[in-house]
Amino acid sequence: MIPAAFDYVRAESVDHALHLLAEHGDACKVLAGGHSLLPLMKLRLATPALLVDVGRLGELDYVHHVDGELAIGALTRYRTLETSPVLASSVPIMSRAAHLVGDPQVRHRGTLGGALAHGDAAGDLPAVVLALGGQLVARSLRGERRLAATGFFTGFLETALAPDELLVEVRVPEASGGWSFRKLSRRAQDWAIVGVALARPASADTPGVALVNAASTTVRAGAVEAALRAGASAAEAAEHAADGLDPPSDLHASSEYRAHLARVLVRRALEEAGWS
Amino acid sequence: MRVALTVNGGSVATEVEPRLLLVHLLRDTLGLKGTNVGCDTSSCGACTVLLDGESVKSCTVLTAQADGCEVTTIEGLAEEGSLHPVQQAFWEEHGLQCGFCTPGMVMAAVSLLRENPRPTEPEVREALEGNLCRCTGYHNIVRAVLSAAATTATARQPATAGSSMRGSTT
Repeated sequence: MIPAAFDYVRAESVDHALHLLAEHGDACKVLAGGHSLLPLMKLRLATPALLVDVGRLGELDYVHHVDGELAIGALTRYRTLETSPVLASSVPIMSRAAHLVGDPQVRHRGTLGGALAHGDAAGDLPAVVLALGGQLVARSLRGERRLAATGFFTGFLETALAPDELLVEVRVPEASGGWSFRKLSRRAQDWAIVGVALARPASADTPGVALVNAASTTVRAGAVEAALRAGASAAEAAEHAADGLDPPSDLHASSEYRAHLARVLVRRALEEAGWS
Repeated sequence: MRVALTVNGGSVATEVEPRLLLVHLLRDTLGLKGTNVGCDTSSCGACTVLLDGESVKSCTVLTAQADGCEVTTIEGLAEEGSLHPVQQAFWEEHGLQCGFCTPGMVMAAVSLLRENPRPTEPEVREALEGNLCRCTGYHNIVRAVLSAAATTATARQPATAGSSMRGSTT
């Protein structure tokens, strides 16, 4: 499978990339690791006229503490998330989830920013950032803004990023205690049929809960979070995991099975995280 | 567009279409047919090569993305007529049946041993999750990787005692 022809420019700096995005808008796509975009292009489901390759922008590859939270460059690869001692101690759910993405070859290429900007409901890291109540830093020639992860995923493979914006950084709070990331796949390296990310930021009393592949976008299990805030037990709260959701049906699982799986995985995640 | 990269230690400079996948540069332009195309959807791992020392699926990397980088394929592992320790171990442990997945398996194993020189058996199995063997010959493949790990660790020990985790003879 060969992608349709396109022009290719390697961005030499973030500013260079922003100028290209401002000039070409919807006609171009940003290429990072390429492990979501290139398969779509090979299937000709995506046919951008121009690829702006940001893959060499080392300035967007970092993990460090800033103002009591973690600042993670958008081009930080899964492999780095997986092996970062800072994340392992401060946001272990992110290390764990990154370790479970795809396979080693994919993790050598794929990036956190790429996963978020791609906005696939079946992606693991979007659910982690959502459960943590993270923020996404988007930059364009018009300036920089912070978008809450809640509300960022607007539709099937759609996000709140404007065509001229580049996702440059992800901010998440420290969340070292009471977390769980679980997903069910039938085969090694498969996408999750359903997954759950559960994490409690250091400043919160109850955890954030987000679901992988349980709707057309990554979603928060808001009814579970509300039940926990109201003092429900893990088993009671988990019963609300699919409230208000219409999980997709496909050859892997029916909608009903996904709803069932969401309830089971949320209960197990709550138990694993120490919520009784 | 013009690209210049290093493939198996040799310089390659050529004009390519931006959409040329790395695996097609290797197989069709350079004639390095050891790297196979299996699924062509970044699932099976038959096209695994090393890009700057790390395993990647070359069906899902543009040649343009490898510009300026160092690529190693299965043809680049053996030195001076002697097999690479991972190749030798696949031979000795019969880590193959039909052989189609073997180049990708070997390259994935070389990458693993660079990152984790003494993996446990579960770690080997997990690290090879991106490589499918349709003959299901996994047991001997895992044995081969463990054997290669033991061989390279033994070979490394006398010369580099105290710093054996850094760098790699593989």
